[in-house]
Amino acid sequence: MSAPLFKCENLSKFFPIKSFLKTTAKVHAVDHVDLEIPLHQTYGLVGESGCGKSTISRTIMGITSPTTGTVKYNGRDTSRFSKKEWLDFRKRTSFVFQDPYSTLDPRMIIADVVGEPLAIHKVAFGEDREEIVLNLMELVGLKSDHMYRYPHEFSGGQRQRIAIARALAGDPEFILLDEATSALDVSVQAKILNLLNRLKSELNLTYLFISHNLGVIRYISDKVGVMYLGKLVEEGETQKLLDNPLHPYTIGLLAASPKIDPELRRRTADVVLTGEVPSAQNPPPGCRFHPRCPRATPICSQSVPPLEDVGEGHRVACFNLE
Amino acid sequence: MEKVDPLLSVKDLKTQFFTYGGVVQALDEVSFEIHSGEVFGLVGESGCGKSVTVSSILGLVQKPGRIVSGRIDFKSENLLEKSERQMNDVRGSSISIIFQDPTSSLNPLFKIGYQVAEPLIYHQYKKNKEAQSRAVELLKRMGIPDPAKKAKCYPFELSGGMRQRVMIAMALACQPDLLIADEPTTNLDVTIERQILSLVRELQAETGTSLLWITHDLAIIAEMCDRVGVMYAGNIVEVADVKTLFRDPRHPYTVKLLKAIPSEEHSVDVLDEIPGAVPQLISPPPGCRFHPRCEHAMEICKVQKPAVNQLNSDHSVACHLAAEEGR
Repeated sequence: MSAPLFKCENLSKFFPIKSFLKTTAKVHAVDHVDLEIPLHQTYGLVGESGCGKSTISRTIMGITSPTTGTVKYNGRDTSRFSKKEWLDFRKRTSFVFQDPYSTLDPRMIIADVVGEPLAIHKVAFGEDREEIVLNLMELVGLKSDHMYRYPHEFSGGQRQRIAIARALAGDPEFILLDEATSALDVSVQAKILNLLNRLKSELNLTYLFISHNLGVIRYISDKVGVMYLGKLVEEGETQKLLDNPLHPYTIGLLAASPKIDPELRRRTADVVLTGEVPSAQNPPPGCRFHPRCPRATPICSQSVPPLEDVGEGHRVACFNLE
Repeated sequence: MEKVDPLLSVKDLKTQFFTYGGVVQALDEVSFEIHSGEVFGLVGESGCGKSVTVSSILGLVQKPGRIVSGRIDFKSENLLEKSERQMNDVRGSSISIIFQDPTSSLNPLFKIGYQVAEPLIYHQYKKNKEAQSRAVELLKRMGIPDPAKKAKCYPFELSGGMRQRVMIAMALACQPDLLIADEPTTNLDVTIERQILSLVRELQAETGTSLLWITHDLAIIAEMCDRVGVMYAGNIVEVADVKTLFRDPRHPYTVKLLKAIPSEEHSVDVLDEIPGAVPQLISPPPGCRFHPRCEHAMEICKVQKPAVNQLNSDHSVACHLAAEEGR
């Protein structure tokens, strides 16, 4: 296997809660996570709200700096980047967010929205830029006469295509897709997912795909990581992990999502997770999942289970594997 | 067998919005029936008219919208003939609703105990104290831990899942005959969604309330409903009981929609797409509204609106193709 594009080691991000100049508490958004994003693959990150998916992705992209640990991009530590290296990094990586309504400037025409990265990175000007924008628009399935319209004239799916075109403008090798299809209808979602897969193979891209929808994750990602309350609890190849989940949280998560096939429903009916996700401000000691875990034993509340390899790159953090 | 009148019967309902840009034909002769004790699901993508159907039933269509024609019979009374005042007595007591976003449906200035008690005070003329204690009972039934203490909380002190439980308690306070659930779990995490779904199912079985479940998620439909109506661009294109719909969908739109969902169980290489986009309802396509995107479209589809074909007692579909095959 080739070297990973991103390698996070011991990554943590704590947000301090200040009251009257004193730090009174910390939100443990991401807590000592090791994670690798392989080159030319899609890494899917799943978890419920507040589990730290977005914080991890922001730390990887250098939007927030980690509290502990390092992020390595192509083997180089991003915290030691010079200004020029950052600029290059920004050109080679980009984002697509969940809500295409709020990520497009309502006062800019599409040609400017998509062409802005080209101007910032001084790639092309004038007519050259227009041509590149036109090619990008075609690539994502928009028409050339869309170029001079404003964002409000487009549907949700088209706006997401615009966001993708903009993300591709700097000729990136990595795109962070943060819930990129969650706001879309299923038939539109299918189109965007197919588009993303096509672009990935045509342009040799690497994706980090964040989602809470396991069906979408299964469809798009090669490798998947499951997060719970700031911790990576299970990681492995998508198909293997979803066919044979080992961590009780992953099992619960799979059982919880509504299913069309009545056969599957019956099989998973007895695994229902009770309770809610605890606050990340003072997470439970030991394994963070133990208050909700059906398999919890005394050791779970005392020490933190390490993420251990159970074979073929399938890693699980649990003391009580069946 | 004696034919029982349905609890709710919507017949040829046409709701339109008269905007400056033109008349938006949001609902085009929508008909369906809900029997008592039944869970009926309405599924469709955004803009297909699910929510307009709900506001039409509740008499909440806002200007510039208007119900142009049709009938809505609830317990054999036409709701469209009722005055605003009479409708106020219906809403919250015999028909109630749970919305998608509990944060914006709860008043941030009142304690939740009072908000749950309010329909009892308004509709059943209960004394404040009596209503409040009933509210605590309801909250307890909803699986809210420590209900007496939680009743004294303000909405912001509760989590999203808890707020949705409060909304359900409010909706069920007056034991309605029909409960409308408009995407009640869309904003929730999967594990919390699962808890709410089982709670609603449990309560429904216990009280025998009819349920109209609005969602865009076919998987939820499959789990929750007895019968389903599939909506597309202001039309109900297919109505069937839930097993038939998923085993033997007949309308091309339903077939395509089912294939567009990425499955958790099986890996596929390429997802099926529906070409084109949902049409603008100011100028919907003539004939069948789905024909520009349909792979089976025939000449007749472009000119004539398909009539509803009753395939059997529990399955009807509005498609020319199904009519031909049936012949």
